[in-house]
Order: sequence, then structure tokens, then C-alpha cells
Amino acid sequence: MFAITRDAIAPGALLAQTSGAGGVVTFFGVVRDYADDGRPVTGLSYEAFEPMALASFESIAAEARERFGTLRVTIVHRVGELDAGDIAVAVLVAAAHRAAAFDACRYCIDELKRRAPIWKKEHYADGRAVWKANASHG
Amino acid sequence: MRIHVLAFAHLRELLHDGAFDLELAPGGTAADAWDELARRHPAIGAMRGSIRLARNGAIVEAGEPLREGDELALLPPAGGG
Repeated sequence: MFAITRDAIAPGALLAQTSGAGGVVTFFGVVRDYADDGRPVTGLSYEAFEPMALASFESIAAEARERFGTLRVTIVHRVGELDAGDIAVAVLVAAAHRAAAFDACRYCIDELKRRAPIWKKEHYADGRAVWKANASHG
Repeated sequence: MRIHVLAFAHLRELLHDGAFDLELAPGGTAADAWDELARRHPAIGAMRGSIRLARNGAIVEAGEPLREGDELALLPPAGGG
């Protein structure tokens, strides 16, 4: 299942959809309350080019299935205004064995951060805000 | 010919609009569209090297020819996750 949502991400519901295999590896990206330089962050705004973002999720999952074997992949990214502590992205990968699930989950979140057309603006406690691109090293 | 432009994030803010039509000479390319926007909005000029271009939902090179009615999306460096 692939989705862009404005609603809060509910881990339990996603897990229920992704189970049915020997192992499920989950990654949740959570909004931090501090920036890379230590400044206090009050929240993040996310926006997406939704049709291309969803197509990128599907491509990334297909690549993961090809590389790591039969897998069930769920990728959900939230957009809109998020507060510190909110889940921004969820990647869940189910596979018969744990190694494939771990490898595929890592692959999916790394590729999402590298190429999905999604952007975030970091809002600081002093009222300023900056669009932040992902570091190439993830 | 007329194309439809989509801009996101910092680029959308600099253009003061995220979705608008743009008139180009027939045979114009994605690079021509960018150059026209940069002429109108000099503040975006320095971003050129970091922007990916998508024609009708597929990433293309700057030299990609455009057609009447195409959608050209201007994609700043990814920040998802």
C-alpha cells in the first residue's frame, strides 16, 4: 500500500495490513524538536508532488522486491503541518526471512529520501523557517 | 504554445505561484521554459543546477522538447522522510 496522507499515521493499522509473513521490519521517521545545528524546531511543513511521489513509492518497492525477494511493502508519507513527535513517514516491509526484510526496508527509506518528490520546511522557535534538502548520505 | 508549470517548495515561494500556464515559442524545450522563468524571476537563477525537471510525470533532461499542453514540473532537491 502506498499513500500520501494529511492525517496522522497510525502504526498499528499499517502493521495489520503488512503482516502475513515471517518478519516485518518497520521504519518510522519522526519529527525531531531540534535541527542538525541544534536549534530548537517547533515543527515541519511537508509538501509533495503527489502523483509522482506515489509512482516513486511503487518503483522503489518494485526494485526492493526484485533485489531482495518476495516482499510486501507499505510506504506512507504525511504532508501538511507536523509537530515534533509526529510520524512523517512509515515504511513497512514483510518478508519470509528477516535479512531480506531489513535490507529492503533500508533500501526503501534511503531511496525515498533520495528521489521521492517530497519537500520539508523546518520551522524554528525564533519564527524563521527554511526548506531543507536531504543530505546525500541520508 | 502554452504549457502548464508546477513548482514546489522554495521554488514555488520564489515564483509566488505553484501552478500556472507559460507561453513558449513552438519547439521550445524544458530549458527554454526555465530560462523564461529565470528571466522573469532572477532570484531562481542560481537554483538551476539543483532542479530536476519532469514532463508529464516523467523525469527528463533539460533539452527535452515540449508540446502544447504539456505539464512541466520543477522539482527542487528532495527533502522527504
